Parts: sequence; structure tokens; C-alpha cells
Amino acid sequence: MDLNTLWFLLVGVLIAGYAVLDGFDLGVGTLHLFTKDETERRIMMNSIAPVWDGNEVWLLTGGGALFAAFSPVYATVFSGFYLAFMLLLVALILRAVSFEFRGKVASQRWRRCWDVAFGVGSLVPALLYGVAVGNVLRGLEVDAAGRVVTTLFGLLNPFALLIGVLGLVLFVLHGASWLAFKTEGALQERSRRQAAWAWIAVIGLYAVSTVASFVQSPFLFEHWFANPRTWILFALLLAACVTGPVALRAGRYGRALGASALALVTVIALAAEGLFPRLVPTRPDLAASLTVYNASSTPYTLRVMLVIALIGMPFVIAYTAIIYRAFRGKTILTPESY
Amino acid sequence: MDVVLLSRIQFALTIGFHFLFPPITIGLAWLLVAIEWRGWRTGDATWVRMGKFFGKLLALTFAVGVATGIVMEFQFGTNWAQYSKFVGDIFGAPLAAEGVLAFFLESGFLGLYLFGRNRVSKGAHWFSILMVAVGSTISAFWILVANSWQQTPAGYVLRDGRAELVDFWAAVFNPSTLPRFFHTVDAALITGCFFVAGIAAYLLRKNREDDLARRAARLAIVFGFVVSVLEVFPSGHLHARQVAHTQPEKFAAIEGLYSSTSAAPMVLFAYPVTPPPDLKAKVEIHGLLSWLAFGDMNTRIRGIEEFPPDDRPPLWLTFVSFHNMVVLGMYFIAAMAWGAWLLKRGTLWDSRRYLALLMISLPLPLAACQLGWIAAEVGRQPWIVYQLLRTRDAVSTIVPAGDVLLSIVLFSILYLLLGVLFVYLLVREIRHGPEPVAQ
Repeated sequence: MDLNTLWFLLVGVLIAGYAVLDGFDLGVGTLHLFTKDETERRIMMNSIAPVWDGNEVWLLTGGGALFAAFSPVYATVFSGFYLAFMLLLVALILRAVSFEFRGKVASQRWRRCWDVAFGVGSLVPALLYGVAVGNVLRGLEVDAAGRVVTTLFGLLNPFALLIGVLGLVLFVLHGASWLAFKTEGALQERSRRQAAWAWIAVIGLYAVSTVASFVQSPFLFEHWFANPRTWILFALLLAACVTGPVALRAGRYGRALGASALALVTVIALAAEGLFPRLVPTRPDLAASLTVYNASSTPYTLRVMLVIALIGMPFVIAYTAIIYRAFRGKTILTPESY
Repeated sequence: MDVVLLSRIQFALTIGFHFLFPPITIGLAWLLVAIEWRGWRTGDATWVRMGKFFGKLLALTFAVGVATGIVMEFQFGTNWAQYSKFVGDIFGAPLAAEGVLAFFLESGFLGLYLFGRNRVSKGAHWFSILMVAVGSTISAFWILVANSWQQTPAGYVLRDGRAELVDFWAAVFNPSTLPRFFHTVDAALITGCFFVAGIAAYLLRKNREDDLARRAARLAIVFGFVVSVLEVFPSGHLHARQVAHTQPEKFAAIEGLYSSTSAAPMVLFAYPVTPPPDLKAKVEIHGLLSWLAFGDMNTRIRGIEEFPPDDRPPLWLTFVSFHNMVVLGMYFIAAMAWGAWLLKRGTLWDSRRYLALLMISLPLPLAACQLGWIAAEVGRQPWIVYQLLRTRDAVSTIVPAGDVLLSIVLFSILYLLLGVLFVYLLVREIRHGPEPVAQ
């Protein structure tokens, strides 16, 4: 495997890691927006309070890795989606501070305000990530000089919105599965039902999205069907879609959470399979696409970064697991809670 | 409006606001390492309550720091795409390293520190705040590696229309990395000390939590005195020496040296005017600058006039911010020295005037940090990478000026709101004071 391909994989791992970890934070936040009971809202927020910040770091590291390994892609996509990124940033800022701010004043209006900030700050990113992926899969419009020409409304095209909704539903599924795992009583029961419905929506939306992708961007399927990896990933996705609902019904919530995580990872991996070796397909001229080969850093930099990643990431995984373990069990409200 | 100017304004606004929080976070985290150590090893309830109290303030500060920090990581791509393409091979790596080696550590363990006190052993809990302090310090290292590379680039070649990394260690430990790292981290420690000292002073003046506040004040003042001295000497001195040797235009601008001369004077006070570059109401010491910067009073130092006008940084802002930072740095030494002396005499608790001074001094290190950074970044202009890429050639060319103006307005409103709420909630938390002893 060459360095460029390896880094495609590593950036993909960071993106998948982010989706699996901050994904349930975003899902919980989205569901929080539609939750009426104050105690339930507090439990939902506190179920992710000790881990959300570390989870969000996967986004920053993924962005940093993209910058380091494929800087023309980082520059092109981030500046090309300018206003969408600004919207994303405002939402993430609101979510981040809402944890700390919400409980500090004992006023109902204050808490409602920060509930909305927390909810919107979770829902908007959950939607926009899929919209961004959809636009990448669709291909970015470039002019004759190779400059990206797109507006915020251009980014909200039907295909991208479809992928956005798919992403949102996946995150809601994952968040509901997390809540079923971490809570008890009425909240757990409601989360279980939400997750069950979400599975149906995910399966339906994924089928539609795959067909839509085939129509929108046939180049994604050039090597897709012939590739044995595709079918392995597909089998895993199928396994998740079966295991998840079954586990929910059986009350095996740990397993159900594993299934929603697997669904996220395989959906992302299948898209990555289609995308490779391109990183940013372009339209109308596909040949102008940014690929892992024409938009990467030097082999020296990729090697240096690989060493940093190989040294750093095992520690990250180890202590992250230890920290999660410290917070195992059902979420209960304590004096330290938000 | 010009997209270059707008992008610069936005960067200045977002980084300026963001950098109000990491100095507090880093300084306070290290102080909490000491406080929680005492609480753990002695089991003394006062130290534990102190830890919980300042821990809450750390949580609040950290949240706003993280929120405003995400913006920075993205902004290189959104607003400075040409820069990102040109230096991405070198600049991206420290940012990624910051994520892998620092952000995960501080953010992960902060969750354990804030919520895991009763879930893990006391030793493990102390370890978590140590990791927050270490992580935030490593974070400072890597971001300063990146920024220092902009100031004194090294370990690269120009190839294929971009800067390419050829020597990682030379790039990481470029001439300005270490002086700036020590100076920035020490500044954060000063900030933390004045933060704790100011709050302890408030409690003492209100005759609340005497035992807790005295211990906090003692810790903050003794430690604060040491780090305040170190910041000027050797850190400030070594950093200024580095600038003199490797960034002569910036040195001339911050010191107000407009004509090249040997036995160059150190200007203690002046008002810079242009054109042509001149200093009004000058108070200076003959030969001191040459001696300090190069070890020899007769060394000829290049004045700003030697450099092409197009290569000179803005003079007024660079000079004024640098000098006011130095004034504050001297004040910090004096303020902490006075406190240390009162401590020795045993009269600190009764010195209401001094305690009031400590209270109003709380935010001053933040002002010094801002001024120092203005001197550093404005002093680097017109370059975004010194002598390699000009700032005006580095912006994203495909982003319309109108979009940047919109995002400036958006961030300004949001940050104003966040700033006001942060101060409001912080003051509220301080007024509430530490949790009372459990009955």
C-alpha cells in the first residue's frame, strides 16, 4: 500500500471515529430538542457530559490530518463551502458552551434558551456533515481555471440534502441507541422506540441514497461492484441492520449500540470505497478532480505524520477506553452533574 | 471592501478573543495540579474544596476556549486557502500533532477530572488534572511550532510552487520556537496566578473562607512572583535577542529604531509618528539596546530605514503594543513582590489596599498577552511567512468579500454574547464562593 492510500485510510479512520463518538453526542443533542421533561433533558445531557469534549477532538484531528496530508483538499473544500462552514462553526460553538452555561442560572427561560442552543448546535452539524459529504460525492463545480464556484444555496441541492438527512438519521439512531444503553425507565423505553424507527429510516434512506448516487455520480461505482471489499462492507452493514433492531427488541442495548456504530462505519467506508482514489471530484470535468496522488503532501511529510500517528493514536485509544470505563453504567444525576 | 483586510480583521478578532481563555486554562490547570496534590496527599478538606471551586472556574473557561478554538483550526482553510496550499506540507503537521498528542489528552482527562472525582481513586483523579495541564501545555507547544515557523521558517525548500518539508526537526525547532514557547507558557502561568490571587483577595476582603483564601493567596503570590520574574528575565530577554538576530525588521519596529546605528539606544518611552518614522517625547538609554541584543554596546543595529518600505511592519502599533506589554510585565513583578513581602511580614490579610490591587489586577495578564501577540503578529507583517509569502497573497481567492463581512458580523455578535455571559457567570460563580463544608 502506498503512503497516499494509507493516508486516505487514516483520514477515513479519523472521520469514522468522529462519527462513532461525537455521532451519538449529536444524536442525543438532536433528540434533546424534542424532549419535554426537565429531568430527562438533564439526564440526556449528563449521559454525554464527561465524554463529548474528547469525542469532538476527533473532528479537529481529522481536519488537522486533512490539512497535513492533503492540504489542497483542505484548502479547496473549506474555502469552497465557506458560508456552510461558518454556519457549522456557529452551531458547534453554541453546543460547546451550552453544556456549561445551561445549569448555571436557575431560571426556566435561561435553561430553555440553552436547550435550544444545545439542540440546534447538535442538529445543524448532524445535518451539514451529510450535506458536505453529499456535495463531495456529487462533485464540486469548478470553472475553467479550476476554481470552486459554489454558493450556500448551491450546496443545499436535493442530492446533498438527501445525504444530509441520511446522516442526520444515522446520528439520531446512534444517539438513541446510546441513550437506551445509558438510561433507565421511561427515557430508556422511548429511546429504544426511537432507535427502532430510526433503523427503518436508515435502511430506507440508504437504499434511496445508493440509487441516487448511482444516477448522480456514476463514477463512484467504477470499481465498486468488482471490489470484494465492497461486498464485505455491505455484508457488515446488513449484519448491523439486522442485529440492531433485534438487539433493541431483546433489550441487549450494548449490542444495539455496537450495531449502530457498525452501521455508521460501514456507510462511511462504502462511500470512501467509491470515492477512492479521488478526494474531491469535480464537475463538469471529472479529470480535474483532486486525488490522493495529485493533492497530497510530500512523501517525507506523509512519513513524518505516520510516525506521529503511530506513536500518538494507541495512547489515545487506550486512555479514551479507560476514561469511558470510569463512566460505565447508567447515567445518574449527582451534585457534579450539569 | 477588500477581502484581504476583511480576512485579517476576522483572524485578529477570532484569535484575539480565543486567546483570552487558554492562558487562564493553562495557568489555572497547573495551579490545580498543586492544589489537588495537597488535597490528595493530606486529605485536608480545605484543599479539596479549593480544588472543586477553582475546578468549576476551569470548566467554564475551558468550554469557551474550546468553542472559540475550533474556529481557528478551520479558518486556515476557509479564509487563507492560498496560504494553506503554499505551506500545507509543513504547517499542517504541527496542527495534526496538536490534535493527536495534546487535544485528546486535555479534553479526555478534563471529563474525568470534572465528573470522575467520586468514580476513581484520589490518585487517578489527581492524575487527570495533571494530564489536563500537560495536554494544554503540549497544545501550546505545537501551535507555537506552527506559528514560529511563520516567523522564522526552517527545514524547507521551495519546490513545485509550494514550500516542502525536508527536515522535520529543523522545522519544529526553528530559531524562534523555544523562546516563544517558554515565554507563552510562562505568561499563562502568570495569568493563572493573578487569577487565583485576585479571587483569593476578593474572598479575604469579604472575610469569607479565610483559611481557604489565605492558602490560595499564598500559593498564587509566591509562585506568581517567581514566574513574573522569569518572564522578563531570562525569557523576555532571550526572546527579544532571538528577534534581534533573526527578524531585524520586527526588532527595529518594536524597539522604535528608525535609523541604523551602533551603540543603539533602548527607548523607555516615546510616541511613534510617521512619515517619516520618528519618535516624539523620547526617553532612552544610550547603547543599552546594542548591549542587550548583541552583548556589545558598539554593535550596529539596522534601523527601519534600511528596509524597503514595502517590507516594513506597521510601526505605531508594533511599538506601542510591545512597550505596554513590557510595562505590564514589570508591574506584575512589582505587584507580586509587594505581596510576597507582605506575606513575609504576616500582614497580607490585613492589607485591604493591596488586596484591592490584586483584585483589579486579575485581568491585566490577559491584556499583556494580547499586546504581546499584537506585537508578534503585526510585527511580522507584511509577511504571513517571513520573506516567503506576503499576507496579501495568502487569502482565499474564491470567497467573496461579502461572505467574509457576513462571517465577521456573525462572530462579532456571537463572541460579544459569549464574552458578556462568560464574565457574568464567572463573577456569579466567584461570588457564590467555594461549596460550604459538608455538615
